[in-house]
Amino acid sequence: MQEILQYLFSGITNGAIYAVIAVGFSMLYSSTDLINFAHGEFVMLGALVMVTLAVTFGLPLLPALFLSVLVVGAAGMLFERLAIRTVRHPEPIVLIIITVGASIFLRGIGMLIWGKDAHSIPAFSSQPPIDIAGAKLLTQSIWILGIVMLVTAGLHFFYKRTLTGKAMEACAISKRAAWLVGIPSKWMVLLAFGLSTGMGAVAGTIIAPITMPGYDMGTMLGLKGFCAAMLGGLGSLWGSILGGFLLGILEALGVGLVSSGLKDATAFLLLLLVLYVRTGGIISSASVKRF
Amino acid sequence: MCSQRKYRTIPLLIATITAACLLLTSSVFGESKKEAFKIGGIFSVTGPASFLGDPEKKSMQLAIDQINAKGGIDGRLLEGIIYDTEADPSKTVMSVGKLINRDGVVTIIGPSTTPTTLAVIPIVERAELPFISCAAGNKITEPVKPWVFKTAQSDIQAVTTIYQHIQSRKIEKVGIITVANAFGESGKEQLLAQASKFGITVVRQESFGTSDTDMTAQLTKIRQENPGAIVCWGTNPGPAVVAKNVEQLGIDTPLYQSHGVASPKFIGLAGSAAEGILLPTGKILVADLLSDDDPQKQALLDYITAYESKYKETVSGFGGYAYDAVNLLAKAAQGTDGDQKKIRDNLENIKNHVGISGVFNFSETDHNGLDPSAFVMVRIKNGTWELVE
Repeated sequence: MQEILQYLFSGITNGAIYAVIAVGFSMLYSSTDLINFAHGEFVMLGALVMVTLAVTFGLPLLPALFLSVLVVGAAGMLFERLAIRTVRHPEPIVLIIITVGASIFLRGIGMLIWGKDAHSIPAFSSQPPIDIAGAKLLTQSIWILGIVMLVTAGLHFFYKRTLTGKAMEACAISKRAAWLVGIPSKWMVLLAFGLSTGMGAVAGTIIAPITMPGYDMGTMLGLKGFCAAMLGGLGSLWGSILGGFLLGILEALGVGLVSSGLKDATAFLLLLLVLYVRTGGIISSASVKRF
Repeated sequence: MCSQRKYRTIPLLIATITAACLLLTSSVFGESKKEAFKIGGIFSVTGPASFLGDPEKKSMQLAIDQINAKGGIDGRLLEGIIYDTEADPSKTVMSVGKLINRDGVVTIIGPSTTPTTLAVIPIVERAELPFISCAAGNKITEPVKPWVFKTAQSDIQAVTTIYQHIQSRKIEKVGIITVANAFGESGKEQLLAQASKFGITVVRQESFGTSDTDMTAQLTKIRQENPGAIVCWGTNPGPAVVAKNVEQLGIDTPLYQSHGVASPKFIGLAGSAAEGILLPTGKILVADLLSDDDPQKQALLDYITAYESKYKETVSGFGGYAYDAVNLLAKAAQGTDGDQKKIRDNLENIKNHVGISGVFNFSETDHNGLDPSAFVMVRIKNGTWELVE
């Protein structure tokens, strides 16, 4: 029992991270029909910018967190402006290959700026782990869950209650129709990039204390996040969150009850299974209609 | 007519220039009495394994300079020709081809990693050229290949050192957690193979991915079996996460790490969680802590001083592999006049060579030449290393 609880804690923590990354994928997909394979690299950038701000410059926690998310969001917008919008024939396959190229480029940049070694950063609060029925819950996990819930609620509010959010949704449904009613669709795409990469940065900053961020951390996290998004339903906010948590928990249970060699296989097996049985993901975007 | 004459003058011109060049070069080379002794070096100076290749390249240069300052080998100066492999097997194979066919080297030192070494072994075997690898994998010298030697300690000795320590504490059950890459697999193989020799049972074996962020699930599973010790085998950052998770889960079983994390970087990453962790390491990390009767102490201190004064940077634990290789070759090459067969035979017969990575005793059946005494056990205490008996 105590073990199962420990696996669940571990799974929920990892799941929350996958969920935020998955939301980033989904958000961009729903407004641009584009899968950004450089998304994992933005997670890495978020974590490493956080390291620089919090450790090197000694900024307090919250300002460092906000600033890192802003910096990475700006980098994401720059990426859209320089590499995506300038493409003459923006076919999906061309754009996807551009994002793959961007991921390699960003990894290279990360290696040049932060070096090849991993970095470390103290936890957000230094309380000892909480003991619940013999299982240990890290305080950082509580931080992660809290921030993830806050960000999700904020996004939900943004899409349902603000004009800009609705404009973005309109663009997602039909770019042409949105343009006809006067919505600047180019700005919306730019904003979607900024928000999506910002979400990646959020994931990066909150996991920085429990993992050891390094320039090569992004690829695997990006893939897992992509799996989670596919699993839950690409293009759906709640689907991505569900997919993320499901993936995290199943992975942890897989490690605990079956074998740790199967950890990464779990994610990809699950993805294949879902794609066979239910192509659109658990909450398929057709039934939810985007965000 | 005029154009014909022009054509006739061109060969003449070429001939004159060639002759002039030949005269010039022969007069330049004529001055040195004996031809230099060419040693090839192939290290991953850049790329993912640059933390190995860069200090190795510098150490090779250092060793060559030291030998040349003493007059070289039998009056012949050493000349190092070093290429960068970028830890890429195909680039390594090309560099070896260049060294053998174009530069005409007598022997080759390097490469820095096991995959690149395994890629070039068939070539040096065919070329019958003495070859000393700086990589750690057991497969390089097992089974023994006539022309292949290596100077880095292997997992075999590291595991023996750990198990000796575990045995001395009367612990019989261990849980192991290894990283899922070549380094971790090789460690796991040795941990499982040697356990019975020390009366140890591996009660649980777990693994983690190179970029995993949380190992609490694996550690919880290990804890269920109540082992007397946990052995973690990996390179940064995974083992630091393991150390943190062990602390967070409140597991009070002694934690052993591999020599893969024997650098100050690990203490920096794991922070307070590193306290009390035991690990085997080459002696260079703790050179000044060694007792004065340690045979390697003087050699280590000399190397550290020479390296740090030449390159103005802190010595690394890896450059010694190349430094040892050059010195071993220099010893073996004496009186051979560059005959490769003789150098190989001499290498195989080197006994009690005090090097940086240990005391080398090569034989027909052992082309690594090191024993577990190449390692010492250290404990991390107050953010630094402490020798344990």
